[in-house]
Amino acid sequence: MRHILIVGATSAIAEATARRFAQEGDRLYLVARNPERLAAVASDLETRGATQVETMVLDANDTTKHSELITQAETTMGGLDTILVAHGTLSDQKACESSFDETLKELQTNCLSLISLLTHVANRFEEQKHGTIVVISSVAGDRGRQSNYVYGTAKAAVSTFLQGLRNRLYRSGVTVITIKPGFVDTPMTASFRKGKLWVSPEKISEGISRAIQRKSDVVYLPWFWKFIMVVIRLIPENFFKKMKL
Amino acid sequence: MKGYASWGRYPKAIPAMVYGPHWADELFPKDAHFLLPYGNGRSYGDSCLNDSGALLDMRGLDRFLSFDHSTGILRCEAGVLLADILALVVPMGWFLPVTPGTRFVTVGGAIANDVHGKNHHRTGTFGQHVQRLALRRSDQGVVLCSVTENADLFHATIAGLGLTGAILWAEIQLRPIANAAMDTETIRFSNLDAFFDLSGESDRDYEYTVAWIDCLAQGKFLGRGLFMRGNHATPQEKLPAPPGKTRGFPVDMPFPLVNVWSLRAFNSLYYRKQFAKMRRTITHYEPFFYPLDGVLHWNRLYGRRGFLQYQCVVPPESAKESIRALLEIIATARSGSFLAVLKVFGNRFSPGLLSFPRPGATLALDFPNQGQHTLDLLDQLDTIVASAGGAVYPAKDARMSGEHFRQYFPRWEEFQRYIDPRFSSSFWRRVTRT
Repeated sequence: MRHILIVGATSAIAEATARRFAQEGDRLYLVARNPERLAAVASDLETRGATQVETMVLDANDTTKHSELITQAETTMGGLDTILVAHGTLSDQKACESSFDETLKELQTNCLSLISLLTHVANRFEEQKHGTIVVISSVAGDRGRQSNYVYGTAKAAVSTFLQGLRNRLYRSGVTVITIKPGFVDTPMTASFRKGKLWVSPEKISEGISRAIQRKSDVVYLPWFWKFIMVVIRLIPENFFKKMKL
Repeated sequence: MKGYASWGRYPKAIPAMVYGPHWADELFPKDAHFLLPYGNGRSYGDSCLNDSGALLDMRGLDRFLSFDHSTGILRCEAGVLLADILALVVPMGWFLPVTPGTRFVTVGGAIANDVHGKNHHRTGTFGQHVQRLALRRSDQGVVLCSVTENADLFHATIAGLGLTGAILWAEIQLRPIANAAMDTETIRFSNLDAFFDLSGESDRDYEYTVAWIDCLAQGKFLGRGLFMRGNHATPQEKLPAPPGKTRGFPVDMPFPLVNVWSLRAFNSLYYRKQFAKMRRTITHYEPFFYPLDGVLHWNRLYGRRGFLQYQCVVPPESAKESIRALLEIIATARSGSFLAVLKVFGNRFSPGLLSFPRPGATLALDFPNQGQHTLDLLDQLDTIVASAGGAVYPAKDARMSGEHFRQYFPRWEEFQRYIDPRFSSSFWRRVTRT
């Protein structure tokens, strides 16, 4: 039985993944901003078989509470061995272009708040010499594009941070997993036209479970994004800059 | 983009907008479109369609809210599938109180159509086991309904075709079982009289009864078929394994695979599928309740033009004569389906104002869509049903006349008072405005 902290527990990917944890009978500590939605998710996971479900209403941007949050999770569950970080917003690129404040807000939510959390968790896991850190990054961080480079910047920083963390924590037996989903049909992307490349959060959660089991490092979900992103990264910059992406 | 068709894929309708709420606290979109909740698209005709209006795709509301292991009371959001409920509760010794012939319907859809199953003679409809529900209305916000609070709205919402507001969650009383197995018997019978005899003698001792009918058989074999009856099994030493992975019917057939030759061959073989007149087996509940769920997208068998399902009920006094007359027309037309189903309903009335099940015999079958020819045939069937004082099932209908609908469901005007002012459906516009 695992003791799992989930930040951004009402996000579609986190919820789908948490259902898998619940079916395995894990203990769960859920964090999200909206109390009603958090309560609905918690009762669902409890009914589906989680051994214990605890919740905390918290805005992940409130970084002063992170240390306390991790202590709370550890105490109420009697341990902490896995964290899934899934909170985030899909930045409004146009708004960010005309306002640095907007950009800063996006970087705060999608990058700095994660780095704060991970700093605390990394130290605890390093000390206890075991643990699994799973973070939802994005393929958007693999190359800057005009349509969403602020979001991409945040995710690129997260991915790079995780790379370093993985390297540092390897000796302590801590697993660090970077999840890079492609297009996922969630409330966050409700306004998008959905083509063949879109998949459900359930599909992504299946990949996340597998990645945890295999102690993977960087996982593209679904798998074909690995190849798409290899091609996209290979395009020379002086050509890439002329493309409308 | 995900398609929003009905199961029969006739008629075609294109919603102007689709919204996918994921949370019970989400308000309705502000634009001016008429709204209709859409569950898992298992209604056959146009009751789940809203041509040029907006659909609320309710599948995002798929959470279990509570389950009391000792009393069997389950509370869940409206987009939860019956299949999800079974997966959760069967291992704990509970089962759905009523289940239709597919487990891929949502709880909201099961309530909105007040679905029934092979145990109607014992337990009535799905709606009779709903203890409480929450409804979001455009004019009143969230309304809690049960037999004691907002009872009128509660009764209008059961079989309310999704028109009384969006069901957010419901509380359902499940029934206990010893295990996942069914103790079943299949009996071959050679005509309609034999069916009614078997049904009469079986309904007392068997919770589940239904018959498959060879809809092409004529003359003294008219109405021949296989009678299936069963009960949840008592504790067993060795339990049957659940069936393997389901397979999907891969592609749309360019033409229907269901035609008079394939139908005749299938029906003759199926009628003789067992050597003995009676066969008793202990089987897993899935093949017993959901033979067609084993083939996902089986509706593709009928090709792009789709098919029409027809289910009617005729009153007990004249049931035999009415069913005989219906089967004669179908057999003469050499149309109809692999799966024609006949069952005798019990006497338990549902409180739902527009509920379909009522005492009598019910016949259900589907027809490949052959345009006017098919519509004419179904009109002929309607004439018999209407003159017998029966009814046709809205959840399966795509074509009944408004006049017939209003005769079949005399409480429709009373029902109309409870329709949410922002809700409508293709079906409702068709049967009330023509």
